[in-house]
Formats: sequence, structure tokens, C-alpha cells
Amino acid sequence: MIRDVLTVAWKEWRELMSLSGGARGGRLSLVILLAVFGVLLPLQSGADWVRSATTVFYWAWVPLMLVGNAIADAIAGERERHTLETLLASRLPDPAILLGKVLAAVSYGWGLVMGMLLLSLVTVNMSARSDGLLLFPARIAVGAPLLALLGAGLAAAAGVLVSLRAATVRHAAQALSVGILLLIFVPVFLAESMPDAWKARAASWLMTAGADRIAWSAAAGLAGLDLALMGLALARFRRVRLIVD
Amino acid sequence: MSSAIIRTDQLTRAFGGIKAVDGLDLEVPAGVVFGFLGPNGAGKTTTIRLLLGLLEPSGGRARVLGHDTRTEAGAIRERAGALLEHHGLYERLSAEDNLAFYARIWGLGAAERRNRVRELLESLGLWERRREAVGKWSRGMRQRLAVARALLHRPALLFLDEPTAGLDPVAASHLREQLAALVAREGVTVFLTTHNLAEADRLCHRVGVIKQGRLVAVGHPDELKARSATRLEIRGRAFTDALVAALSRQPGVERAALMNGRMVIDMAEAADSSPLVAMIVGSGVAVDEVRRDKSSLEDVFLTLMEEDR
Ligand SMILES: Nc1ncnc2c1ncn2[C@@H]1O[C@H](COP(=O)(O)OP(=O)(O)OP(=O)(O)O)[C@@H](O)[C@H]1O
Ligand SMILES: [Mg+2]
Repeated sequence: MIRDVLTVAWKEWRELMSLSGGARGGRLSLVILLAVFGVLLPLQSGADWVRSATTVFYWAWVPLMLVGNAIADAIAGERERHTLETLLASRLPDPAILLGKVLAAVSYGWGLVMGMLLLSLVTVNMSARSDGLLLFPARIAVGAPLLALLGAGLAAAAGVLVSLRAATVRHAAQALSVGILLLIFVPVFLAESMPDAWKARAASWLMTAGADRIAWSAAAGLAGLDLALMGLALARFRRVRLIVD
Repeated sequence: MSSAIIRTDQLTRAFGGIKAVDGLDLEVPAGVVFGFLGPNGAGKTTTIRLLLGLLEPSGGRARVLGHDTRTEAGAIRERAGALLEHHGLYERLSAEDNLAFYARIWGLGAAERRNRVRELLESLGLWERRREAVGKWSRGMRQRLAVARALLHRPALLFLDEPTAGLDPVAASHLREQLAALVAREGVTVFLTTHNLAEADRLCHRVGVIKQGRLVAVGHPDELKARSATRLEIRGRAFTDALVAALSRQPGVERAALMNGRMVIDMAEAADSSPLVAMIVGSGVAVDEVRRDKSSLEDVFLTLMEEDR
């Protein structure tokens, strides 16, 4: 099973790396992302870049689009390019196909985020000219990769769910952006419609909790959501439901 | 136990109102190339999907390689190879990577993988071009590569869904020759769909004809040909309408008519033509030539398609 997962991931990586593959407009957006998060924003904040805990929150949502698009390409894209059915006719078990694709997309998105983090460190150190090396404090160095991973997992699971019946990558991408908007607005809406007493309590918790507690709670919430959506994706990813003409 | 590799029992699949496959009873023995013939929309692709467990039947059942398609499809796919409606190649990847991926899927070790890929690509004339991205290839080359991919793991059963569709006649006949050679060498049982009758005639030991989801005939191509009408064509002078009418009434004659001054008689299977010729000569016709046509598989097919329209 693990070998099958790695086989599928190998192929996905191969396609992501192939010249015309991951690129096709994708390459430009990669360069822009690297420039914004690896160079521009760090330049703007200077030494604060490594000190402020708020940067951690970037890393949770930067991988969303990257991973979502990669997974839509891997499932809806295979259907659109008529390679999915042949893959489904092979001996690979359903979960191995799904997990291989998820593994490739998540490692791709997460790897890029790690690249941005490192690049931003280089940028800050070259521009800030402070004495000594500027490094992230330990909790950011742990928290940022963790949040990035959870964000990537969320996008992957959501990407699978919208790709199950989508005939083309475009359809999947559209559904995915709606999905991500819902993920943002449903909690906001729920928060808004809470009784006033709850709101007050939540507000006072947010005031006193501090960035760390908030970040860890967010991470726990994300992890729960990741697991739930991935479980749903695994349950729904069945060959006999995947062939749509 | 018989040695049927595929056995279906009232296999049915409906999409909404239409039954794409309708009460199919089919048996494919081991070691044959079975041709599944039918016009567009007859249910050929749907049948393959059902046999591979990619679609669930809405009725009936099927056993393939000894396994039930509903409950043990994984075991079927383990020992089957497939070239489906679309070639299913990754066009961004090279030919070599396409095969490497499927070789890994089937768990071929590195050395075996190299040998097998080389052997297949060489026999299909693609070895020199293995490093090129498949997206730039001609349709015929892709189709050949897809054949290599389907045979990579030495499957016991090979599904080919219209393997020569969309190829020009030269490429199609080339692929047919290569398929025939490979299939003989590998000793694999083949389930091949086509609406090309020359293909069925060239490759298949047994054919089944499907129409609107139902099996309308099955047998060796020659058996099927023998079963259909035989045509007798007589050139001569002084045919009369009375003779045409008399011939039409003879046992075994389905139709007699004058066409372009020639007498054309369609006879039922296995009917004897000599009494008819004697009758024509006896009526005073000066006979120049009598020709007896064996019907082609195409005639059989067209007859089957026209019946009970
Ligand atoms: N997924 C599906 N959803 C709805 N209808 C379908 C589906 N698949 C097949 N059909 C219908 O079932 C019938 C049989 O289709 P099928 O593709 O099996 O025919 P075929 O014999 O392979 O035809 P062709 O020679 O054109 O490939 C057709 O009427 C088709 O429209
Ligand atoms: Mg078809």
C-alpha cells in the first residue's frame, strides 16, 4: 500500500516538474508568490519579519491555492485529459491513488512554503544589516511549517471533494474557490450570529489569550477539519463513482 | 469447471431510461481473441467497464478470471491489462516514463522493467523514440505505446476497446499485424471491441455481435458467415417473370429477383443450389455463368443490424 502511494506520488511529481506541466501560467504565479513572500514583504517589515508572530498566519493560507490547484489538476485534470479511467483500470487500490495524489500536492505546496520561508530569511538578513544573524524564534520556526502543512492538507481534502464529479480542471477550480470562500465566511457568519454573551466571552478570550494560544487553537481547529475532510474524501473516492461521461 | 475466462449472466446496466447493456449472456473461453462487434452506442465500452469493475451492473452478474466483478474487481484488475476508449497516456511525460509508471504500479523490479520495456518498445518500433514526450506523437504511435503499456505486466486477459479507431488504413493494418504477433507470442486472452469487420476477421477466433445492449449472434467468424444468406448470381439470356416467381417459391430461397439483367437469388444458410440451377436451365434460359458468393462478415453484420429494425 505504501509502495502504491509512493508510485502515484512519483508520477504526480514527474508531471508537476515536466516543462509544460506545472507551468502553463503556473510558473509565473510561482515566481510572483516567491517574490512577494520571499522578498517584498520581508523587505517591508525588516527585522520585524522574524520577530512578529503575525507572519505565521500567512503560511497557513499561502499553500491553499497552490495545493488546491495541484490536486484539481491531478484528479479533474486526469479526467479531462482522459487518463483517469486507464489508471482506474489498473490494480491500484482506491485509497492508494487518492493518497498518492494528496501526498504529491501537499509536499509540493508545503515545499514551496518552506522555500519562501528560507528565501525570506535570506532577504531579511541581507537587507536589515543588523549585528548577528536574524533567525525565527523557535515557536515560529515550528509553528509556521506546521500551519503550512495543515493549510495544505485542508486544501488537498477540499480539492479532492470538488474534483470527484468535476469534468474539467476549470470546473474544479471554480468549485474550489467557492469552497474556500465558504470556509472563510461560514465561521465569520457563525461568529456574527452568536448570542451576545458568547461574543463577549470569545472577545475577552482573544484579548487575554495572546498570539500563541490563538495560533495553537487555530492549529488544533485546522487539524480537526483536515482529518474530517480527508476522511470524507477517502470514503467518497470510489472508482465506480469516478467515471463521469 | 469450464475454462471460461469471462462469463456473464444476464448482465445489465442502465443509464437513466436507456439500457446500455441489456441481459448479456456471454462466455469467452481462455486463449482466444474474442471480438465484440457492434455499431456506435451498442454498449461495447460499457461492457468493458462492467467487466473491469469500473461500473456497477444494475442487474445480473459477471465473473472474470474466476472473480465476481461486483465484489472482487481488485483481483480481476490485478491480472488484466487494458487499452480503453482513450489511450490514457500522460502526454506531458516521455514514453519511457509512461511505461515506468505502469511498471511500478505492477511491481516490476528495476531489471525486469528495463528488459520488458525494451522488448515491447522494440517489437512495436518505438524504442528509438522512448525519450520523447508522448504529446507530440502521432495517433498511431500513441496507440502502439498504449498497447505496450497494457501488456507490460503479462496480463492473463487483455481488453482492447477499438484499438485501431481513428488510425489511417495503413497505420491500422500495421497495428493489427503487430497485435496479432504480440497476442500469439504472449498467449494472452483478448477481449476486443470493434466496428471494423476486417479487424474482427483478421484477429478474432470468436465474435459476438451486440446491438442496443443485446447480444444478437455469437460464433466463429466463418460460422457466422455460413449462417447468413448465400447469394447466387446467374448471367444468361431469356429470363422470364414466371421463372422468377417459380424460383421464389422454392424451399430455401429467400428472395429471387432480376437485377441488371442478371438473376440474383438469396438462399438461406445451407441451402443447396444445384436444383435451382437445374430448374433455370430446364426453363430454357441460356446460362453464361453461375457465381456463388460467400458472404463477408460485413454482410452478416449489416443483415444483423437491419433485422427487426
Ligand atoms: N456514463 C454514461 N452515462 C449515460 N449514458 C451512458 C454512459 N455511458 C454510456 N452511456 C450510453 O450507453 C449506450 C452505450 O454506450 P457505449 O459507450 O457502451 O457504446 P459503444 O458500443 O462503446 O459505442 P461506440 O462505438 O460509440 O464507442 C449509449 O447510448 C451511451 O449514450
Ligand atoms: Mg465505445
